[in-house]
Amino acid sequence: MADLNPHERVQQALQRVAAEVVPDLLEAFPGQVEEIPLTADRIPQVFVTPDALETVALWLKGKGFVQLVDVAGVDYWPHREPRFEVVYHFRELPNLGMIRLRVRCSEQDQVPSLSRIWGMANPAEREVYDQFGIIFKGHPNLKRILNPDDFEGHPLRRDYPIRGPRDLIKLAMPADEGRYRPFVSEPPEEGK
Amino acid sequence: MALKEQQQEKKDHMILSVGPHHPATHGVLRVVLELDGETIVSAQPETGFLHTGIEKQAEQLTWQQAITVIDRMDYVSSFTNNCGYVLAVEKALGITDRIPPRATVARVILMELQRIASHLIFLGTGIFDLGGMAAIFWAFSLRDRILDIFEAVGGVRFHTSYIRIGGLAKDLPENFKEMVEEFLKLAPGRIEELRDISLENPIFKSRTKGIAKMTYEQALALGQTGHMIRTTGSDYDVRKYYPYCGYENYDFKVPVYQDGDLWSRFAIRFEEIFESLKIIRQALDNLPDGPWLIDDRKLVLPPKAEVKESMEALIHHFKLVQYGFDVPAGEVYQCIESPKGELGFYVVSDGRNKPMRVRVRPPCFYSIYSLSEILKGHMVSDLVAVIAGCDPIFGEVDR
Repeated sequence: MADLNPHERVQQALQRVAAEVVPDLLEAFPGQVEEIPLTADRIPQVFVTPDALETVALWLKGKGFVQLVDVAGVDYWPHREPRFEVVYHFRELPNLGMIRLRVRCSEQDQVPSLSRIWGMANPAEREVYDQFGIIFKGHPNLKRILNPDDFEGHPLRRDYPIRGPRDLIKLAMPADEGRYRPFVSEPPEEGK
Repeated sequence: MALKEQQQEKKDHMILSVGPHHPATHGVLRVVLELDGETIVSAQPETGFLHTGIEKQAEQLTWQQAITVIDRMDYVSSFTNNCGYVLAVEKALGITDRIPPRATVARVILMELQRIASHLIFLGTGIFDLGGMAAIFWAFSLRDRILDIFEAVGGVRFHTSYIRIGGLAKDLPENFKEMVEEFLKLAPGRIEELRDISLENPIFKSRTKGIAKMTYEQALALGQTGHMIRTTGSDYDVRKYYPYCGYENYDFKVPVYQDGDLWSRFAIRFEEIFESLKIIRQALDNLPDGPWLIDDRKLVLPPKAEVKESMEALIHHFKLVQYGFDVPAGEVYQCIESPKGELGFYVVSDGRNKPMRVRVRPPCFYSIYSLSEILKGHMVSDLVAVIAGCDPIFGEVDR
């Protein structure tokens, strides 16, 4: 290990996770975990169904992924259905392996809260709730964290307008018709 | 009304609301304390008073333009913000290996200078909060020398937006080396002076030793990174674990403390500054000449002189200004060691000229929410010092 340069060490750790941990994970949770091809950062990633998230996270913690790095919400509207994704990054410390869990969910789905396992999930999930309106089941204190308590709507949704009359913001979601979206524009076609 | 009800429930306990406009909270933080006499029974931080929707704004701008709002997040260390975002986008574009060496080394020098500037703010205001009046003036006067360098480099002192996708906005100024050399001569003595008046001072020691202790397990559960986890015995530093910008080529140590208390959070900063000075020394000696921007007309603007003569250059200029460039669809996570800890960027592209989502993993956000754990059992008078020890910057906590 000592003669490898740090970049190779990181790549080796990520490959080890992809070759050993991910197949075990797929085997341990058949039908609930689905592998996704690697992206540019080479971090192994899997889709997890909302019901299985808590057990998968505990399973990973037992395998040495002791650090929950971040909880992020992503809104894929209008490209995908269900539109939301909650993304968890886990890290093995002091080893270098990382894995990304992605939980697809719709507005109605409830994602189990990880705040009983990692205390930091508490504020992180509150932020995802605040910005996207995703409900976390079993969260001890699911309140808004960045926006004021009387704020209407969830601003990081893709169909939430960045400017415009307040009345338009109050329309029922998902309101993809007639919404005021001044900055969302299509790319020009090639040659025009 | 809510406060009254809570007070009636727990008759012996007093509820004290600190902030949001308290100068010692380093910005706009509200902490709701439940007190038994002078002892803190529970503390509930409340954030969001400086929420500016930076993640939302970044979605409305092209990839290159978004740098300007990412800048304003951690407003005392804009170079590290820029670089983290830029590295994430470069990874998504697959051009990480093609960045010219001059740009990479310049990024390292600037980021380390920024780290020193940010640490000086932490030390100055932190020691000031504990009654050390001189520290804030000493620290800020030295930090001003760094900002002078930034002004010469990027034109402004604070939000430079100097690091761009593909390299740097423009070449380093001619006298850059001399300016940094001058700073390297000046800094060690000034920082030792600052250390001597604070760390071994009996009042400072009695107010920080053994306060707000955190164990390694606690730090992991609470998502701590940076100085918060390195004072609990872990050597987790992104520069060593996941090197970027060629940090693996520099010879530097990661200082580690075992106590996990407030005193070591201050002490580790001094050592980190000296390590940063070592890195700047090495990087400055190896600063290569050559281009500072990637040679790819689809990504960076052509030189102005060429635009006036060449048709292709004019078309590229027009296209980049009007539309920007597309980034292949996909997700990328890139972390860097900001002065406060692990600053992560989870960037999602849908294949267009604007980011679909820029999620920032803010280190200060998690250290502020660790207050509810580490403040328990301490006195009200410790509150101000413990908040300072977290090194919060509310532009980043609230984004």
